Amino acid sequence: MEDIVAEIKHLKKSFGTKEVLKDISVTLKKGENLVILGKSGTGKSVLIKCLVGLLAPDGGEITLLGKNIAELKDDELNEVRKKIGFLFQSAALYDSMTVRENLVFPLRGLKEKGSKEDNEKLVREALQNVGLEEAIDKMPSELSGGMRKRVGLARTLIMKPEIILYDEPTTGLDPITSKEISQLILDVQKKYNAAAIIITHDVECARITANRMMVIKNGITAAEGTFKELSNSEDEWVRSFFQ
Amino acid sequence: MSKDDQILHSAVAGKAPAKEEASPSAFKLFFEEVAGIAQFTGHFFRELIKPPYEFKEFAKQAYLIGYKTLPLVGITGFIMGLVLTIQSRPTLSEFGAESWIPAMVSVSIVREIGPVITALIFAGKVGSGIGAELASMKVTEQIDAMEVSGINPFNYVVVTRVMAAMLMLPVLVIISDAIGLYGSYVGVNIKGDVSFHLYFLQAFEKLEFADVIPATIKTFVFGLAIGIIGCFKGYNSNKGTEGVGEAANSAVVIGSLCVFIIDMIAVQVTTLIYN
Repeated sequence: MEDIVAEIKHLKKSFGTKEVLKDISVTLKKGENLVILGKSGTGKSVLIKCLVGLLAPDGGEITLLGKNIAELKDDELNEVRKKIGFLFQSAALYDSMTVRENLVFPLRGLKEKGSKEDNEKLVREALQNVGLEEAIDKMPSELSGGMRKRVGLARTLIMKPEIILYDEPTTGLDPITSKEISQLILDVQKKYNAAAIIITHDVECARITANRMMVIKNGITAAEGTFKELSNSEDEWVRSFFQ
Repeated sequence: MSKDDQILHSAVAGKAPAKEEASPSAFKLFFEEVAGIAQFTGHFFRELIKPPYEFKEFAKQAYLIGYKTLPLVGITGFIMGLVLTIQSRPTLSEFGAESWIPAMVSVSIVREIGPVITALIFAGKVGSGIGAELASMKVTEQIDAMEVSGINPFNYVVVTRVMAAMLMLPVLVIISDAIGLYGSYVGVNIKGDVSFHLYFLQAFEKLEFADVIPATIKTFVFGLAIGIIGCFKGYNSNKGTEGVGEAANSAVVIGSLCVFIIDMIAVQVTTLIYN
């Protein structure tokens, strides 16, 4: 049990009359990459937004790094969030800031603030890890889609997170850049030993990054297993994802 | 925008997705909007006193909101003073009261026209800008990104902008009034010959603290209202890129309407106090 970093039990979430998540249970172990597959609108993004408290679930229990997030006050939740990295689908870079300022921004939340030199070192190290050191003074509008995702990833890495949540990291990218991002996710896993949940419908990304996979259908878990197990599933609907 | 996102954006605004939603009456929507703005204002005052204080971001916003609006406000103020003088001259000359122009213009500009016109220009430029910027940050998940980094986005984004709007508008109004009076001086000298010293002596002769103080105080409230409305519309935008335009538009419309409502209340209160 000790190596479980996140646990979701019987999660339910509805919007109006639409039940998006009916009963989802997931566990995430330290250092593992869990890929969640599913059609658009099945609540994959809702699941990870509930996990970090961006959305309040209607039912169920979420334990993050040993803490039940429903019982946390705002300040306590913010402390937990500092150990979580979140790569948004659009990368969510701050438009009015340079790449350097984007990366320094999350550091302002730390209790022990580093000097300007320390921050610069951290920024350069994070950018080196994603291979984009030369973009340090660029504005987000000057970056390509792939570069924005890399900078977004660097911004999550700068906080040395224990869990990283990737929301469709390869959506909208060409196959070569998608493969590079997928490889980068794998490198991050090895280097930081961080656990990750990867929301995707890119099977190639899932093949490269997944230690374990889960398929969501109509708000419930349709299948769970390794890439190989699911790609050879007896369920035709599950198998159709891999064809 | 993905289907997930559409559902999410509806949820953030506390609404069901459009398809399932029965269309509420305009009356209900109005009261929901008023309640939402009141709640948002309460949240602003709670966050205002809570650390961390984002001085650097406040200074940046004060520069963007104040300094960058100055040319527009200056030009408007100048034209306002000039036109007011040119328009009122024929009527006043009929009664041989041309010498009253400086006093009449200064009281009109300082008490009413300066604050209201500047606030309307401010609502158009700053209110729409804040609304569009925040709505765009919402659509591109930048506000969510701040929240998951453990940083309070309301404190960083809303408090700084509202404070900047509240403190910069009075400064802009004072500058606009001064430029307006200069415009009036130019207007007087188109057909006459009045010295700068004499003009301003006459202009300030009839001005009292009872004209200046309430007029300045109400501009703080105008700035607060414009900032709050702009932030409220942007922060609660939930219709993707369409919502960005809608947020900017409604920030101007509601902000301008609020200026008139506050002005009406301020005039009543001032009259009660000074009479």
